[in-house]
Amino acid sequence: MTRRRILALLVGIAVLLLLPFGLEQYKLYLASLTLVYLMLAIGLNLTLGYAGQISLATAAMMSFGAYAVALLVPVRVPFEVALLVGALFAFLWGLALGFPALKVKHHYLAMVTLGFNLIIYLVIRNWESLTGGSFGINAIRRPAWGPLHFTSDRAYYFYILGWTVLVVASAYWILHSRWGRAFRAIRENEMRAEVVGVNLRNYKLMCFAIGSLYAGIGGALFAPLLTYIDPSAFTLDRSFQFLIMVVLGGLGRFEGPFIGAAVVTLLPEALRASEGLYLIIYSLSVILMMAFMPKGLVTFWDWMVERVSGGRPGKAKAISVEKSAAASKSK
Amino acid sequence: MPLLEIRSLSKHFFRLRAVNEVSFGVEPGELLGLIGPNGSGKTTVFNCMTGILPVTGGRVYFKGEDITDSNPDGLYHRGIARTFQLIQLFPQMTVLDNMLMAGQERKGTMLGRLLSLDETEETERALKLLEYLDLSEVKDGLAANLSYGEQKILDFGMALMSDPEVILLDEPMAGVNPTVIKRLIGYIRDLNKQGNTFVVIEHNMQVVMSLCQRIVVLSQGEKIAEGTPDEIQNNPLVMEAYFGS
Repeated sequence: MTRRRILALLVGIAVLLLLPFGLEQYKLYLASLTLVYLMLAIGLNLTLGYAGQISLATAAMMSFGAYAVALLVPVRVPFEVALLVGALFAFLWGLALGFPALKVKHHYLAMVTLGFNLIIYLVIRNWESLTGGSFGINAIRRPAWGPLHFTSDRAYYFYILGWTVLVVASAYWILHSRWGRAFRAIRENEMRAEVVGVNLRNYKLMCFAIGSLYAGIGGALFAPLLTYIDPSAFTLDRSFQFLIMVVLGGLGRFEGPFIGAAVVTLLPEALRASEGLYLIIYSLSVILMMAFMPKGLVTFWDWMVERVSGGRPGKAKAISVEKSAAASKSK
Repeated sequence: MPLLEIRSLSKHFFRLRAVNEVSFGVEPGELLGLIGPNGSGKTTVFNCMTGILPVTGGRVYFKGEDITDSNPDGLYHRGIARTFQLIQLFPQMTVLDNMLMAGQERKGTMLGRLLSLDETEETERALKLLEYLDLSEVKDGLAANLSYGEQKILDFGMALMSDPEVILLDEPMAGVNPTVIKRLIGYIRDLNKQGNTFVVIEHNMQVVMSLCQRIVVLSQGEKIAEGTPDEIQNNPLVMEAYFGS
């Protein structure tokens, strides 16, 4: 990691740590929600942005985490255990969903994942004895570690932040490892990737599974944030929302989900003052952003980084370049 | 025993017999040419040998072991590498990343490749190969931004990264200028002298005749001749295939 990136990271962490002390309740909720959505966007960016496998099932995976927490915590399962159960459930379903990806691609894969999301939504809505159906589950408890409770909005914000850091750090590790390179190779040229030894089945399954794992974690943190969930939170619209985050932010770029999650979560709130027009303005904004920055808003981020660094190329280079420099120095 | 061998290999696309009962083998350390007019089935033979296409009939053997219908990634691990008629790179990855990608799956387990970020060995190997191929200066550039000739050489370099036992080159000289042809011939000859085994599909007869120790000729999906360059040059069936009766 370059010095500039480390500095940006430290500044970012400082901002996130200080943020809740300057925000009123609703804005703190938005900040927490953005962090939750960031985790989901990171997962989808890994699956779609890096590995090139379209998925419209993010909301379904999110629901596994949400309902795991909502159902298990009241029966005295520790919150973290419930979260991991939900995440694991999402991981396993992600593996299962990866199998169609071995046979179909692009639009057909989108249809398969879309169908999966629909099925899960219908199961949640109709399995009333388990999920409460359309009435949902309320009074979802936030975590507690003995005497330390994360009940207040501020405390829960820090709890979510902790998990966000874990997700971001693990995603950074994965994407900068050989797995990350293999995912990009699959996206760029699947046939060539296979010829250079990439086991397509294993890597595709893992990209779906890891993306789903992150969605499960996000869902598990989402439920106590609202303290209420019902099936309407996990519809196809929600999956499209995460797709917009990833595409708008910048597909296949590590910074993309950060930008996308923030814009998609906060822009509608910023436009609330326009009342009935906000959806139109929001949709037009998305269209214009994609028209002028088809590679995503990360283009604007790159431009800013270049300006700050005095015009030197500031784009993220392949990590292998930094490693090769280090390798050359160590000779 | 041949290092790589096909026996009665057939590949049909519905009624089209793209390859029909073709048999040949390549010995360790040999430089075998595979030639024939356009549409004779050369690339289809390669695709069947390397698991890109399933065979309709016949078998493929590597070191005596039946590898027919193996997946391409499995053949990579066995030591078979190839290039493609139409260059197949990872265009939005850097040249160095392309090379690293071509070598990273050689060793270790999938989990090991996740847990260890240390790529010193592979990076040194990639940098050495890039230096050998005279691509060091462009290592940080995107593969898509290379000239066509440089892309061909990079494609060749990627095939070498896995330290394969046999390298299949599909028209490595196609579309490149004489300078690049000379470079590629030099590399192939050099590596063959070091004991590397090659099977080369080529249309450039000068290259084939000067480079290859033995040549197999296909026409309309069937093998019509096999022999030394001198034998092939004087073979009436080969003349007829290329120039008509």
